[in-house]
Amino acid sequence: MKLQIASRLAVYALIELAADPERQLSVAEIGDRYGISAHHLAKVMSTLGRANLVRSVRGAGGGYKFCGNARRTTLLDVISMFENISESEPDTVGDRTEAGAAFRQVLDEIDDIARATLGSITIATMLKLIARRRQAGAQSAEAAEQFAAGIGV
Amino acid sequence: MDHSTKTAEKPDAGRFAIRRARAGDIAAVIALDERVTGIAKPGYWSDVFERYGDRRPEERFFLVAESKAGRETRVVGYIVGEVRAWEFGSAPCGWVFAFSVDPDTRLQGIGERLLDAISKEFQGAGIRTMRTMVPRENSLHMAFFRSEGMMAGPYIQLEKDLD
Repeated sequence: MKLQIASRLAVYALIELAADPERQLSVAEIGDRYGISAHHLAKVMSTLGRANLVRSVRGAGGGYKFCGNARRTTLLDVISMFENISESEPDTVGDRTEAGAAFRQVLDEIDDIARATLGSITIATMLKLIARRRQAGAQSAEAAEQFAAGIGV
Repeated sequence: MDHSTKTAEKPDAGRFAIRRARAGDIAAVIALDERVTGIAKPGYWSDVFERYGDRRPEERFFLVAESKAGRETRVVGYIVGEVRAWEFGSAPCGWVFAFSVDPDTRLQGIGERLLDAISKEFQGAGIRTMRTMVPRENSLHMAFFRSEGMMAGPYIQLEKDLD
């Protein structure tokens, strides 16, 4: 499954904002963190705003705040705002042949699993996953430090 | 034989307790399962209790969540699992094969506590990996297990229609 850039940006922006719903971040601040253009991100934020997942905060230091339900919003919900991944690709070369139909069956199986996975992971679950990865990273860094200290490096 | 669970028997904030299933719980488990799945399976649950309620309690765990309101107690959830070793070439791991929470008491942390309780039982048995299987369309269970940190494992389930 190849995702559009807009889908990825939307997921990143929601993760950033949902991590602290009280905090507001500007498009430029989010863009800087991921190395993406503010112009491109602004369009994405506008779509997320229409879906009531973020709201814009006006005035000095304005930006966006998360206002959705992180425990109910899945990655599939977000991605579906930017691209249609609920259906198979339209007929492509060879699909009407026996080999093409069989190959299509295999590709559809992969897509079904991908959709089920994206549909089961919420923004809140993504935040937990990030926290676990951060903790695991800290633990391995600590273990490496202890190992280095133990061998006198 | 000591059938006490490592999980605290004390109800959480006076409301819930997680404990080993007893014979008297099975009717409630059957009713809860029927309510959630629409299929009554008394024979299946009697068999599960016979095998997982009493036998080899050091590696088989049939836990229930019990709500307490005054003197009234009620089974509001269950989880069943066991340590399995070398199936499909897998090193010993903890398998969760049955899990449910009363729809009227969901979103109160009961499922989380049941999963946490069986995780501790598996850890106590020396197990470091827990595994389960979820129907692809069961987004509720899938989202729950995901939120608890479960990820796709190294196996893919395969099947074939036998016409």
